[in-house]
Amino acid sequence: MLMDYLITFGVGGLICVVGQILIDKTSMTPARILVVFVTAGVVLSTLGLYEPLVEFAGAGATIPLTGFGHTLAQGAIEGAREHGLLGALFGGLNAAAAGISAAVIFGYLNAVIFSARTKP
Amino acid sequence: MQKTRHVYELLRPVYILGEAAVAGPKEGEGPLGSCFQMVTVDDMLQQKSYEKAECIMMERAIDLALAEAVVSNEEVSFMLAGDLLNQIITANFTARFTKIPFLGLYGACSTMAETLLLGSLLLSGGYGRYALCATSSHFSTAERQYRQPLEMGIQRPPFSQWTVTAAGAAVLGVQGTHQPRVTHVCVGEVIDLGITDPNNMGAAMAPAAAHTLLTFFTESGFRPEDFDYIITGDLGTVGSDLLRQLLQEHSLELGQRHFDCGVEIFRGVEGTHAGGSGCGCSASVLNGYFLPRMARREIHRLLFAATGALLSPTTTLQKESIPGICQAVVIEEGAAC
Amino acid sequence: MDFRQDTDKRNQAAYAAMVKQASPNSPILLNCLKAFLVGGIICCIGQFIGQLARGPLEMDAKLAGSFTSVVMVFIGATLTGVGIYDRIGTWAGAGSAVPITGFANSMVSPAIEFNREGLILGTGAKIFTIAGPVITCGVTASLVAGIIELIRMRLGG
Repeated sequence: MLMDYLITFGVGGLICVVGQILIDKTSMTPARILVVFVTAGVVLSTLGLYEPLVEFAGAGATIPLTGFGHTLAQGAIEGAREHGLLGALFGGLNAAAAGISAAVIFGYLNAVIFSARTKP
Repeated sequence: MQKTRHVYELLRPVYILGEAAVAGPKEGEGPLGSCFQMVTVDDMLQQKSYEKAECIMMERAIDLALAEAVVSNEEVSFMLAGDLLNQIITANFTARFTKIPFLGLYGACSTMAETLLLGSLLLSGGYGRYALCATSSHFSTAERQYRQPLEMGIQRPPFSQWTVTAAGAAVLGVQGTHQPRVTHVCVGEVIDLGITDPNNMGAAMAPAAAHTLLTFFTESGFRPEDFDYIITGDLGTVGSDLLRQLLQEHSLELGQRHFDCGVEIFRGVEGTHAGGSGCGCSASVLNGYFLPRMARREIHRLLFAATGALLSPTTTLQKESIPGICQAVVIEEGAAC
Repeated sequence: MDFRQDTDKRNQAAYAAMVKQASPNSPILLNCLKAFLVGGIICCIGQFIGQLARGPLEMDAKLAGSFTSVVMVFIGATLTGVGIYDRIGTWAGAGSAVPITGFANSMVSPAIEFNREGLILGTGAKIFTIAGPVITCGVTASLVAGIIELIRMRLGG
């Protein structure tokens, strides 16, 4: 149990460190970093490299945005198996629907309720 | 006729009859905070948007400057103003209420120098009686236009600068005696040495500052020793360092006379990294700190060379490099009374 | 340095070297440590929510994954709304940007800034300024993943 959390912590932390190195060493904007992570997740997942990491580290691999890419890729692959080309088209979003819907709805609600503030 | 292409000696000196600086709370906490004529409690000023708040700041600065000059709006021939926002909305929208013939200008952070320069040339040339020069910037309006949203959780690189929330205004007139006066102006060229990182504004603007200063000293015959202060607008620590190096290659030393408003306005203020930037930076420091000191006879002559980075979010996305500009004016103390 | 030859590539390269020297570097080791700490903690919170879903809430693995995403996104969006997430972000950098809570932050932060421009073309449009490219690239890449799977199936028989 504790071991699980240590592995999650270590792997999740290391994935973030990769992002930090990208930010500090290149002048990539945050939007680009996020895009790179999601796309990298899709690529790694397609190559069959990400699933073992998820099995090993659980949330340590699924919570970073590479995990979001993994969900998209696995959805598309599953869709392709079941429904062919059509499945490959909608499978990705289908699998990631919960996260994206939540982000849109909670995001919209928060943006409507609150206002942006200047931070001292 | 003038033999030089950049530097002009005014036919008759133009006096700075009144000036004012309005600054936000963070600027008020900085080392120059006590100099500003007005420091606001928050940066919203009870307005519905930050853009409206910036307009109010510019309006306050204009009102204070006109009051100090004892000149009414109806007497002013030109209002020369600009700011950082797209379509210079702060200046345009503020001008709705001033009822002064208006010329909108854009020189990014060099705007204060640009308005002073043009205002002086106009009045000195015999056109108009008074000219009003004004500019402003606001952290929260500039940031979302040029960089990231306020609530976005990101780190700013250590060479980035913090947009100053402030406005400055000055009233120029040809009839004066003891007030500070503009005697020379130097019109800068757009210089671009290929810097593309929009976070490193100091590096983008330093070559323009170096070019204008070198041109000024070559064409005018002045030497750095002739000035108590040589003021740059918002080069920050990185840009100031680069300026020193660039000038050194041409054996020009500014030494202790060099004063960068961006470095000084936030000296010791946490989280501002390389210093302040924005039109309001040089405008508030000149109008709030230097001109009153000159009026008190603590400074005899200064060179005010404000720089601007002429980028837009579109050109940044298109991976264009950042052109810089630097305009300079010479300000001398008036006759002893 | 000759300013007349602004387009001279050698001149630009010399200045670029000068700028690199003059610009302070980020404290990368310290930043990485902070990112590691905060990123690790956020993932552990996700792990805890996942275990909660599978255990007491009796969800299957797939549903538990969705549940975890939804809860984490809710946390990220709300912390952005109340103005805490950007403070975490200035300290943690990628540690709070890379987890899915950072994705929520990247949606709320532009949207919240533009709520004065209206609920439809302000908030509604700006919510996707950063998340839009992420979803676009992710979905496009996932289609490629699906097509590769189709090809693999054909070739494999």
